[in-house]
Amino acid sequence: MSMPISGITTGQPDAGPAPALDPVGPGVPAATAAVPGGAASALRRMTTAIRRNRKATIGAVLLLLFVLVAIFPWVIANDNPNADAFKPRLGVSTAHLLGTTAYGQDMWAQLVWGTRNVIIIAFTAGLATTLIAVLVGVAAAYLGGAWDGALGVLTDVLLVIPLFPLLIVIAAYANGGGTLVLILVITVTSWSYTARQLRSQALSLRRRDFLEAARVRGERPLYIIVVEVIPTMTSLIVACFLTNALYAVLFASSLQFIGLGDPNTVSWGTMLYWAQNNAALQTGQPLWAIAPGACIAALGAAFALLNYAFDEIGNPALRPLRRNRVKRAR
Amino acid sequence: MRYAVRRLGFFVFTLWVALTINFMLPRLMPGNPALAMLSKYHGQVGPGTLKALEILYGINTSKPLPEQYVTYLHQMLTGNFGTSLEFYPSTVSSVIGSAVWWTVGLVGIATIVAFVVGTWLGIIAGWRRGGRLDSALPPVFVVTSAIPYFWMAMVLVLIFGITLHWLPYIGGYDVAGDTPAFSPTFLSDVLRHAILPAAALLITTVGTWILTMRNTMITTLAEDYVRMARAKGLPGRRIMLDYAARNAILPNLTGFAMSMGFVVSGAILIEYVFNYPGVGYMLLQAVQSEDFPLMQALFLLITVAVLVAILIADVATALLDPRTRTAA
Repeated sequence: MSMPISGITTGQPDAGPAPALDPVGPGVPAATAAVPGGAASALRRMTTAIRRNRKATIGAVLLLLFVLVAIFPWVIANDNPNADAFKPRLGVSTAHLLGTTAYGQDMWAQLVWGTRNVIIIAFTAGLATTLIAVLVGVAAAYLGGAWDGALGVLTDVLLVIPLFPLLIVIAAYANGGGTLVLILVITVTSWSYTARQLRSQALSLRRRDFLEAARVRGERPLYIIVVEVIPTMTSLIVACFLTNALYAVLFASSLQFIGLGDPNTVSWGTMLYWAQNNAALQTGQPLWAIAPGACIAALGAAFALLNYAFDEIGNPALRPLRRNRVKRAR
Repeated sequence: MRYAVRRLGFFVFTLWVALTINFMLPRLMPGNPALAMLSKYHGQVGPGTLKALEILYGINTSKPLPEQYVTYLHQMLTGNFGTSLEFYPSTVSSVIGSAVWWTVGLVGIATIVAFVVGTWLGIIAGWRRGGRLDSALPPVFVVTSAIPYFWMAMVLVLIFGITLHWLPYIGGYDVAGDTPAFSPTFLSDVLRHAILPAAALLITTVGTWILTMRNTMITTLAEDYVRMARAKGLPGRRIMLDYAARNAILPNLTGFAMSMGFVVSGAILIEYVFNYPGVGYMLLQAVQSEDFPLMQALFLLITVAVLVAILIADVATALLDPRTRTAA
């Protein structure tokens, strides 16, 4: 749960638009990307890029796996994850792949069915956060002037207020409101980082010819933002979504872990909460805590790997080098 | 200097926003959580305390909202955070005062070590582009950046605390067998208790520094002045440190400021796992026992600490790099 990786190359507010912000994929002339409605072709380029980049492939496969498990959990886990149907504290066996909890629930079933809650949070909160970030970032850059000033201050304030303590305070007042509250709280508070990234990219687009043309045609600002600017930024928006989804997973799991989610939902964070409450590590049930944590890490890694690959795609300077070139450079 | 003043103004504004959030939240939430808190503690704390809290949370009062707000701001700015309910009858300030040094020690040292080690590794990885360190580090740290802090802490507890019995993993010192004093035995006990939490924090934060430093090193190494240094035939070590790293370290400083928030959230969760007697563990205790005055004060304290850290990093960057003085 450290800084967003993609932000590291781009998050230098004072250094002007960083090279990683270039929306154009590898080997594609800038002009193609600037064609309005280029979102579909940008997506196609991304799929090719994901296939070519090993990190991206691993990330994509991992993510797909988790999504499939979230949609079809019954395929690999038959037991009801909530029923206290078995003897408590059973060890690992073929009947109970990970054993049972101190309450007699099947741990494997909890783990598999818990995927759904996490995936829902990752995608809804990730998408909603990105939507706010796009609107705020692009509007600030495109409208400029007082709008930019006001939205910029709002973004910066949210950026420096420590997010996790703020989440804790809000969630504490909301008092165990369940998944929807978690999603809302995360969405409202955590859009600022990506909004800033999107703003600097949108700023670099402002003086492009096709936007001038739209202005001369007399289009309204909203139309230009939605139809002309946003499609051009597809690959950065996807990267922002990946960052936001990663943070949604980590924040939601952390909040559930400390008991600020609904303790009755089946989810990885809630499993960790109950494991901690029952001192699972000390009472010889380490799997209760290790398994859900490993899943969170794996899902997070899937988002992070995809994101890192996007950085490499956008910023060729960061791509792995061949060794002989290194020698010459030294 | 104008830059510093402007940044200071921004931080005062941010602090005001945080104060206002604190004021508005309990009043905005459905079913007023403060009311539930007060009824929970009814009979356990003195009537005078309850009265003061009712004023603080705007319950049973006919005063209009703006007036409540002014009273609230005045109380906060004069350092009057009220009485803790969980640790009644201690005041919030005195309760926090006992916890703050544990966190400062633990998080401060772990962060500085992470920054130094991470930056150094990043310099080497960026310099030996494509070398063994460089090809191994980024993928490893992409993965560690996705590991939840608290889980890393739990794994360390399991391995070094429970399985191997090497190190203690509960609390800041041995509560049963040791009394706090400035004695060598107590200090070494404190150190031993700090090793695992510090390691957890170090492992989860060091990747950020490495990746930032490596990436800016790579960008800097492509600059013309580095090429000129090479053409002059300067020794590699000198180019690496005096030409490339010296310039590349600035974005890392900015990153330091930006990631303070992440360090704080990590520290909260890690303190929770280790029952470490610091500010983060106390915040979660306050949340669980619905001790809202303590929770609010801790949130403000953490916010102020982060803001001050960012401000210091900002000013340092401005002093070291003339280009940022006019921009931003």
